[in-house]
Order: sequence, then C-alpha cells, then structure tokens
Amino acid sequence: MKYYAGEYEVSVIGAGHAGIEAALAAARLGCKTAVFTINMDAVGNCPCNPSIGGTAKGHLVREIDALGGEMGKTADECFLQSRMLNKGKGPAVHSLRVQIDREKYKSTMKYKLEKQHNLDLRQAEIVAVSKTDDGIWELRSRMNAIYRTKTVIIATGTYLSSKIYVGEVSFESGPDGIFPASFLGESLKELGLRLRRFKTGTPARVLKSTIDFSQLEVQKGDDSIVPFSRMTKDIGKNQVVCHIGYTNEKTKEIIIKNIDRSPLYAGKIEGKGPRYCPSIEDKIVRFKDKERHQFFVEPCGLNTDEMYIQGLSSSLPEDVQIQFYHTLPGFGNALIMRPAYAIEYDCVDPLQMNSTLEFSEFPGLYGAGQFNGSSGYEEAAAQGLVAGINAALKVKGELPMKLDRSTSYIGTLIDDLVTKGVSDPYRMMTSRSEYRLVLRQDNADERLTPIGRRVGLISDDAWEKFKIRENAKKEELRRIRELVISPSAEVNDIIVSRETSPIVSGIRMIDLLKRPQITYECLAPIDKTRPDLDPTVFEQVEVELKYEGYIKKQLAQIEEMKRLEVKKLPVDVDYSQIIGLRLEAIEKLNLVKPENIGQASRISGVSPADISVLLIWLARQSRKEEVNG
Amino acid sequence: MNIDTIAAIATAQGQGGIGVIRVSGKDSIDIVDKIFKSVSGKKLKDTQGYNARFGKIYDEKNEEIDEVIVLLYRAPHSYTGENVVEISCHGGLYITKRILRLVFDMGARPAEPGEFTKRAFLNGKMDLIKAESVMKLIGATGKGAAKAALAVHEGAISKKITKVKDGLVNLAAHLSVWADYPEDDIPEVEFSSLKEKMLDAYKILNELAENYDAGKVITNGIDTAIIGAPNVGKSTLMNMLHGSDKSIVTDIPGTTRDIVEGTVVLGDISLHVSDTAGIHTTEDPVESIGVNKAKSKLSSSELVLLVFDGSKELTDNDKELINSVSGSNILAVINKSDLPKKIDLEYIKRFIKNIVEISAKNRTGLDVLENSILKIVGAGNINPSEGILATERQYKTVKSAIKCIKEAIDTLSSGLTLDAVTVSLEGAVDELLTLTGEKATTVVVDEIFSKFCVGK
Repeated sequence: MKYYAGEYEVSVIGAGHAGIEAALAAARLGCKTAVFTINMDAVGNCPCNPSIGGTAKGHLVREIDALGGEMGKTADECFLQSRMLNKGKGPAVHSLRVQIDREKYKSTMKYKLEKQHNLDLRQAEIVAVSKTDDGIWELRSRMNAIYRTKTVIIATGTYLSSKIYVGEVSFESGPDGIFPASFLGESLKELGLRLRRFKTGTPARVLKSTIDFSQLEVQKGDDSIVPFSRMTKDIGKNQVVCHIGYTNEKTKEIIIKNIDRSPLYAGKIEGKGPRYCPSIEDKIVRFKDKERHQFFVEPCGLNTDEMYIQGLSSSLPEDVQIQFYHTLPGFGNALIMRPAYAIEYDCVDPLQMNSTLEFSEFPGLYGAGQFNGSSGYEEAAAQGLVAGINAALKVKGELPMKLDRSTSYIGTLIDDLVTKGVSDPYRMMTSRSEYRLVLRQDNADERLTPIGRRVGLISDDAWEKFKIRENAKKEELRRIRELVISPSAEVNDIIVSRETSPIVSGIRMIDLLKRPQITYECLAPIDKTRPDLDPTVFEQVEVELKYEGYIKKQLAQIEEMKRLEVKKLPVDVDYSQIIGLRLEAIEKLNLVKPENIGQASRISGVSPADISVLLIWLARQSRKEEVNG
Repeated sequence: MNIDTIAAIATAQGQGGIGVIRVSGKDSIDIVDKIFKSVSGKKLKDTQGYNARFGKIYDEKNEEIDEVIVLLYRAPHSYTGENVVEISCHGGLYITKRILRLVFDMGARPAEPGEFTKRAFLNGKMDLIKAESVMKLIGATGKGAAKAALAVHEGAISKKITKVKDGLVNLAAHLSVWADYPEDDIPEVEFSSLKEKMLDAYKILNELAENYDAGKVITNGIDTAIIGAPNVGKSTLMNMLHGSDKSIVTDIPGTTRDIVEGTVVLGDISLHVSDTAGIHTTEDPVESIGVNKAKSKLSSSELVLLVFDGSKELTDNDKELINSVSGSNILAVINKSDLPKKIDLEYIKRFIKNIVEISAKNRTGLDVLENSILKIVGAGNINPSEGILATERQYKTVKSAIKCIKEAIDTLSSGLTLDAVTVSLEGAVDELLTLTGEKATTVVVDEIFSKFCVGK
C-alpha cells in the first residue's frame, strides 16, 4: 500500500559523487533536501580506482572546491599519497592526483551528509518519477513510500538497469555487488527521457601479501604536498607508495587464446564502452604491435590489504583472469580477492538538457554524473554540484548559475555534454579545453570563488581567506613592478647560469621574471624584500608573467566567444520554420535547442551561413517585438 | 557590434574600367590608412564622412600599385552602418585583387557571402520586410559555399593541405596525450623532431602561399581550351561564356580555322579561353594547321572543355578524342540538349568524370557549366601534379595557419613549455579545418584514442 512519506524542495536520487555534491549544495543553500541511496553502505563509494584527481580531473576538483563543493576537502582528509602530475610540461597541464583511503572516504562523506542541516539521507530505491497536475514531482520508493518534491536530481551512476559481465557469466547487479535500480529506467522512459546503454569496467583486487613487490618499480609521492582545497591547513604526509609493472608475452598469449570468451568480443555487450579506458583485452587486440602494457598497483586503504591493479580492467572469465594475472611480474602467487568485471548501465542522452543540467522539456528535473553520459568521480561531482546549486536556485526563485566554457573545465564539460552529446562515456581532458592556458588549476579560485560566493556556498571565513590571498598577489605584483634590479656580478652570475643574457642596466624584477629561464627560486638570493607568502602565490605570479602573451590572446578569444553567448535563442523555437537554414542544421538545432548563438555555433553540422541566418532571424524577432510594443 | 572588419570586391569582376574594393568594420579606416597615401598627405582618419581622397596604394615593400580614389563613409551613415571605405582603382582583376590582398594583410578578412547585407540589416539599415530575403540569400549562398567546400575536399590542393593538417593533428594529439596521460607508456615528445615537423608544415604551407602570390591563376587566368569535332558548337559555347560574338558561328563545319581567344570571368577566377578548330582529319592545308594547333592546345591547356553534339552518335573521331584525354581537368560538355539525345553518355563517362549538358544555342545549362568549371578549378585540379591555391579564402586560411605555426615554433625556441606550443598548434589546425568545418579540440581527442593506447 502507498503511503505518504514526506515533502522536499530538492530530492536527489543516488548518493555517489554526483548525488553527494548535489545534496550538500542544495541543503547548504537552505533547501529542504533528501538524498536517496539504494544501499546505505554504498554512499560515496569508489567502485573503481582508489584515487581522486589526475589530468584535467584535478582541475575539476580544484574548481569544485572553489565553488564551495566538498570533494576536494574530503580527498585532502583521506589522502594516502599525493602527486602533482605533469610538472615541467607547463602550467596549463599541471594536475593534482591523490591516492585515497576508500573506506575512509566513504565514511567521511556519509558522516558529512548525516550532519548536514536541512538534509535527510535515506535508504530507498526510487522506482518511479512523475509529475502531478499541480506541478509538483512525486517519487515512489520500492517500499511504496511517496515523496513530494519541487525538484528532482537524477544521479543514478552505473546503477540504472545495470548488468555485470565476467566472461560467460552475467547477472543484473550494480557495482561491488550492490543490487541495481531495475525499475526506475522504465518510469524515466515513460516520462520521455531518451535512455541509452553504456558500459565500463574495473580491474581485479589482489591481496597485498601475495604480491612480490621486489619485482616492481616503486612510485613515490611528492616531497612537498599541496592540498586540493584552499581551506585545508595541514595536509600531512604520504603514507603509502604505489608500484609499476608491465605485462609480457605470456599475458598477451593467454588473453588472445581466450578472446572469444570475452562477452564484448562474443557480442553480448551492447553498451558503448569508454575509448579512454579500454580493457586489457581491448588494448592487446587494438594495439597488436605493442609488446607490453603498463599497470599500477595501488593500495585501497590503510585498514585493508586489497590492492587495485590499474590498467588491467577486463571482462574475461574468472579462470582466464587468474591465469593472466599470474603472468605478471611479482604476481606468480597472487590471490585475486575480487575479479575484474564489465558493467553495462542505462544513461540519458544529455542533449535533452540545458547548461543548468535541467531537462529542457521537464522543468524541475535535473540529471548529473554518469547518468548524463560522463565517466569518473570528478566529472560526476562537478555536475552534481551544478545541478544541486541550480535546483536550489530554482526553488528560491533566483536566476540559475550557468558556467560557460571560458569560466572553467566544469563549464566545458557541461557544454560538451549538452551541445555535442556523447557517443561513449565522457572523460575530462585538458585537450578538451580551448582556453587551457587561462583555465589552470592554480587559479580555479580566482575564476570561480566569486561565483560561489554570489550563489551562497562560500562561507565568510573562506571568502576572507580568498580576499587576503588576492590582495597578497596584487601587492606582490606591485612590488616586483617597482623593484629595479641593478647589474652586479652576483645578479649576472645567476642570470647567466640560467643561460640567458646578462643585464647591463637596471631592470625591473617583473621583466626579469618574464624570461622563460628565470624563476622566483633562482632570484631568491638577490631578492631582499621578498615577503613571506604561500609559495603558490609566487608560482601563480610567475606563470601569469611568463605566459602573459598567450593568456592575453586567449582572453581575447573568450571576449569574442562571449559576444555570441549573449545572443539568446528562445527554447521553444521550431527551427524548420526559419527560412534559409540548411536541413542538417534544422535537425541538429531542433535536437540540441541551443540557449544562445555561441552554443549553436559549436554544434557540428551548423555552418557559419546558418549562424548568419539565425542572427538575422533573431534581429528580426526583436524588432518585431519593438514594433508590436 | 561586429569586431572584425571585412572586405571584398564590390564590382563585377574582370571587365570594366573601374574596380571597387569595399571595406567595412570598426578598423576599416585604420586598415586602408596603412596602404593608402593621399596626394594632399591627409590621413583618412582625419577625413570626414562622405569625402573622397585621391592618392596611391602602396604594397608592404612601399611599391606603388595603383592610383586610386578613396571614398569614406563614417558609421552609422553607410550601407552597412559601420565605417566603410571604398577604394576605386583602375579595374582589371589583377590590380583589384592585389589591393584586396593588401587589405587582408592589414587585418581585414574576406566577407562571407551576403555579409555586407547581413551587417546592414543587423545594424538597422534595412527594414523588416527585407530580412527574409536576406536570410534566403545567405541560405542559398551558404549552400553553394558548402558545395564548393566539398569540391575543395576532393582536389589536389586539398590533398596537400590535408596532409599538412593530418601531420599537425598527429603532433597535437601526441602532445596532448603526453600531457593528458602522463602515467601511460607514451613515446617521448622529442623537441628536435617536433620542431622539424613544424618547420616542414611551415615550409609546405609557405610554398603554397607564395605560389599563390605569384598570382598565376589571377594574372593569367586559367588556360582553357574548347575542343571537339567540327560543328558541335564550340564557338557558340565560347560566345555563350563570353557574351560576345568573337568566334564566327555558322552551320558550316570548319568555320573556326584558327584559335580564337578571350578572357571569361567566372566568380573568383578568370579563364583564358581558346576556341579551337574542330579536330578531324582534313585535306585542306589551311584547316589542318588549325587542327594541329587545336591538338597542341589540348595537351598544353590547364582546363579542357571537350564539346560533343548530343544529338548525334559518337563518331570514331570522337572516340579517338575521348581516348586521348585523361586527367581531372577535363570537362565533357554535351551540347544541343534542345535536340533529341542520341549520344552514348555511358561511353564518355567511362573516361571522363565531369560531364554537363547544355544548349549553347538556347543558352540553357550555363549555370551548371559555370558551377562545374568552378568546381574543377576550385578543387585545385587545374594543375593536378602541383595543386595551387585557387581562391582568396584558401589563401587567407593558409596564411593564418602559417602565422600560428610560426608562433608555435617561436614558443618552442623561446624555452616556454609545450602546453603553450600545443595551443598554437591547435590554432593552426583550427584554421585548416575551416575548410571542412570541424573543431580542433574534437579532432585531436579522436586522434588520441585512435592512435595511442592509453587509459587505465
């Protein structure tokens, strides 16, 4: 029998990385919020790698933190090893990545949800979503509880009608043996959402004491560690190491011999897998000439000996997995605690959404995370935060928060999803951003904290800290602009040792720092008035000086893009009624329903001539309105 | 409201005593001031709207190009509602094009089809009723441009550019994968080979640009021969293209005994057309000179219009002619489509890819003919072994790409990190991709996954 179980302003279905950020943001913005999890022990789970960050993903975490999200802080609390990737490859691609204690991460996040004011964390499998005649959404749980809510955020991750494959064996299941959400999909289809099937996979977990680490290369963390969050004070020390090894001829032989037992090659899996995260059998088949493939051994936590074997995800049968894992160096006697598996799940076509992550045709209904066709914890959290903020703003009757491509990787991610759609699970990469010299991980706070403050997620404390840092930076820029360094033997020794020409007359420190070879560090002995600041401030100043030309150029491109972004297109327009548009453009425009001319111009199949037609049509519309008063 | 400045030739191209180049946009006055010196010494920026100045245009080496009159319109009192400068020069495609090129070099870009009108509308210079016709116009020209872009896609020039583009995409993908997958087993990016590859691309594109600078296509026009059996309508076709009775057109076979020449302008290009005597076996000594000339024209021309009489069966002579030609620079023109068709088109199709049907007498099929010619020439097929930039737009694209590659090389040499190099490199790719309408970021990501084995 149905029973009435409560009323909320924001309801979040799923308590993974997307659901958590969505729920926390909505509750913190003052909305009465519920977050539903299918299993209380799966909140904040990391069913794949025990790490947060990485290239471009590290940018996302910094941005989440800058907007007032939780992922960065919790990652800082639970980190086991930290590395800044790509040092030396340039500031645009520096990315922070940490190994985390998986169990601690889960319990920390769950506890944060429990303690959050305005927020109810409930175990309930939502089986139906519908809209009542009075415009309120209704959720029904499998226990027949009815929740009435003003807005809904769907963040079902890989749980929606999911199915696990290990060789010939397959069964309906969510990740880590948690049961799947088998009913919600039908209800969403009935509502009018276009669902599709994606797949992903994870490697085996192996018992630490059965691995001979002496045959593997050690990978240590950084000596000096920087946290994700600007609010983290004491980050602590690295507590674990990771290891690197390579597959060999024998591994290849076993996999090729058994390839017909892979469900993917046998044609059983229909879901589209991620290109960037191929299984080991995929890598071996697609890159036949490659003799060896790299793998990493990563600890899952401090209170467990389960080791995650990055690089070896597979959907081959368990017996084949045991065989080929045993060919790895140091793995001769390895005990596989959990086998690798592939998982297939339902997700939505993100073209149905707009940049606030709200479904254009269903006001009040939002999607976030893997449900939207993305992949990765960080991508999920970023979307969850945006959906949570926008659902709350809608409840409060305020204008939505839209992040365009020039503001952030988060904006780029969302724009890609809702404009281009996805053909396989979407992973963030630095190569996806055309503005990557502006969108650096070191300046995420400058780009987004003012927005987070305006929205209401940045505390007074955090805002104060941000402003102090900004002032310090400004002050430092003033100092080096005014500081003139005179030529002396000491000065020129330093300069010449960096293979750049000596100075013959006084030079401002700011101009000296613009030389690619000269760093703050090397000038330390002669820079007597240098203030005692957070080293990252110096780093940032240096980057902005050295890349000034590039940054200016990208800022000009951003200005140009913004001119098109401000030209809004109505959402209810039928493009087939606009004279002069080409057929392909009409189809694509009707599918995407772009919010502005800028977005329209990024749709593949929409040509510059089509954009011209749209511009004239827009001008005609607005003049018509003027005429009609 | 538009931040960029556009320019185009505003008069019918080719003939006529005066050519007008129209420049519109915020910077139009500054741009023209850079190449124009008035007799009075007064700059355009110090000149009021609706005023004309007499003077000379100089190129970047300060060499005089032409005497001109420059007319100034200040916003909003102009056709487009923006600052507009009109340069009236001494006609002739070559001079007009050179001045236009100088204007581009100083910072303007080629106007899109219908763009002056579009700007006029957007700036409120046109009434509401005209909006739809402007949209129709842009829509139609857009479709034409899309078709032309497809043609470019198949040609020799495109092969050359595509090769450079693919090389750059591969480089950018390597750099990106190296940054995006720092922990994967990716081959190192070697500074020296990176520089070498960029220099290679730079060289090839520069060559293309310089060949265009030589202005072969523009100054001389494209050497075009009209060839066919006697009395299939070659001269009528010549006249149809030319719009005058330069060849003597009669019903008596062998009327054209020598080669009649003329220049025809189609869109962006000019054709140097030779109407030849019909190729056939003849006893007449005078006629046979003409036939021999025609045969040599057949092999030396850059574009050949092979004319057939569609109302007659193919003769052995015709077949011999068809068998003797090869290459993508041949266009079979089936004339007399007003009469019942008897010709074996399938036979011709086996040897010649491009075929159009016209009636020179009734002047029908002219547009199809023109389009086919533009397609062949626009695709850079006129000299298939080399590939020469055919249009101003292609030239501008290549120039912009060159600038980006140079920037990438400079960045690399200055010791800045590779992320900055990648951004410039992608800029070059983006420029070259304008021919196909793709985006560098997407293309590079696709390349990463198809070429590199990465991921956990």
